[in-house]
Amino acid sequence: MSDVHVSNTKRIWFVFALLSVVTTVEVFLGIIKPESLHLNTFLGMNLLNWIFYILTIFKAYYIVWAFMHMEGEKSSLRNAVVVPVVFLVIYLLFILLTEADYIFEVFKNSTIKWNF
Amino acid sequence: MGSTVTTANSEEKTWGGGNEPMGASYGKLMMWFFIVSDALTFSGFLAAYGFSRFKFIETWPLADEVFTHFPFLHGVSAPMYYVALMTFILIGSSVTMVLAVDAGHQLNKAKVTFYMFLTIIGGLIFVGSQAWEWKNFIKGEYGAIETKGGSLLQFVDNTGHRVKLEDFAASLPKEREQLTRSKGKWFMDESSLPTYTVAEVQAGFKAHPDLLIRTEVIYEDNAASKADPKNNTTLNKIKHKTILTRAESERRLESAVLVVEGANLKRNEYGSKLFADFFFFITGFHGFHVFSGVVINIIIFFNVLVGTYEKRRSYEMVEKVGLYWHFVDLVWVFVFTVFYLV
Repeated sequence: MSDVHVSNTKRIWFVFALLSVVTTVEVFLGIIKPESLHLNTFLGMNLLNWIFYILTIFKAYYIVWAFMHMEGEKSSLRNAVVVPVVFLVIYLLFILLTEADYIFEVFKNSTIKWNF
Repeated sequence: MGSTVTTANSEEKTWGGGNEPMGASYGKLMMWFFIVSDALTFSGFLAAYGFSRFKFIETWPLADEVFTHFPFLHGVSAPMYYVALMTFILIGSSVTMVLAVDAGHQLNKAKVTFYMFLTIIGGLIFVGSQAWEWKNFIKGEYGAIETKGGSLLQFVDNTGHRVKLEDFAASLPKEREQLTRSKGKWFMDESSLPTYTVAEVQAGFKAHPDLLIRTEVIYEDNAASKADPKNNTTLNKIKHKTILTRAESERRLESAVLVVEGANLKRNEYGSKLFADFFFFITGFHGFHVFSGVVINIIIFFNVLVGTYEKRRSYEMVEKVGLYWHFVDLVWVFVFTVFYLV
């Protein structure tokens, strides 16, 4: 990247348009909440929430790759940054959400109640 | 200059200095280190939010009932629009930042200055918007009742629409006064009292027979919830908060102990106490990042103005603060999803 200093204004505006469109879609879905997506469960969440998370990761990819210019860095830097974060976040989410669901079941099915 | 910009070393002197591991300069690499650790911090916060939400999955507040305000639209329920606007502002300022970095590569001082200026303005608008969002959240709109058991009761009319406390609470003679430092015997005071007492709300509820109580529980619309005699038969909708029958409402209101208006770190009128805590903590921490980002951008902006980087023949410093600024945008994308969409 340090050798070539060509302007990539075009790509920047493209990514901006893309992020705006995705955000608009998210907001639109968030307002209308289509029943076919909202009223079901898939792996602990409804499909609408899964769509939101997938679109969020899609946006995150473009922010990191285009805006933070990760696509121009060496693969060693890319991996050193992305792999630990992705691994630790998945690990953390797995542990915390599994435990939270367990605690929810305890409150729901036993005599212990928080809300009476 | 040698300490701020490292240039590639073509000779084979591994330990002689001037090397660039991973092809990034020292400053940039350190900025990436910082971003990784900060990203993990935010992940920890958001995962903790997820923990509490899954723990109280049946009673967590619904975002589109909480964040409904838009400037100059009073009394209109406009969920999402305002945060969507905030998101666009932040993405926009991210774009101007990356355009500044791009102009820096071409050593175009005027363009860097212009785009840095726009980035700072965007950041300030975002922080201001967040302050406005906090103001509405803290002030609240409808008010609620907390029961002895710690659950929260809200009020609706016979069409299922929310009703404010001020619209029905009776006016009784008050004996209770706020304890302030000037009246205390020693260094004693208390936080401000709610506008209405529990007795006033209870009396007002009795006087308005069409009022009903809405609990925190999200309505399931299954056989058990339909058969439950406590639940209102006509008003309940799936994935909305459960509305009780009038008789059950009256019974629940007897155990009221506190009037809750707005939000603070102890309790809030939206539902789960943790909800407001996480909202304040995570959006506050993010807002502080935006604020410090603006401050750093201003410092770099003046460095650009006085020509520091022009003399260095390198605008890498703009690139480094740009990384931080984009990171702040990245975090917002996740906060937006977790707090407002899901």
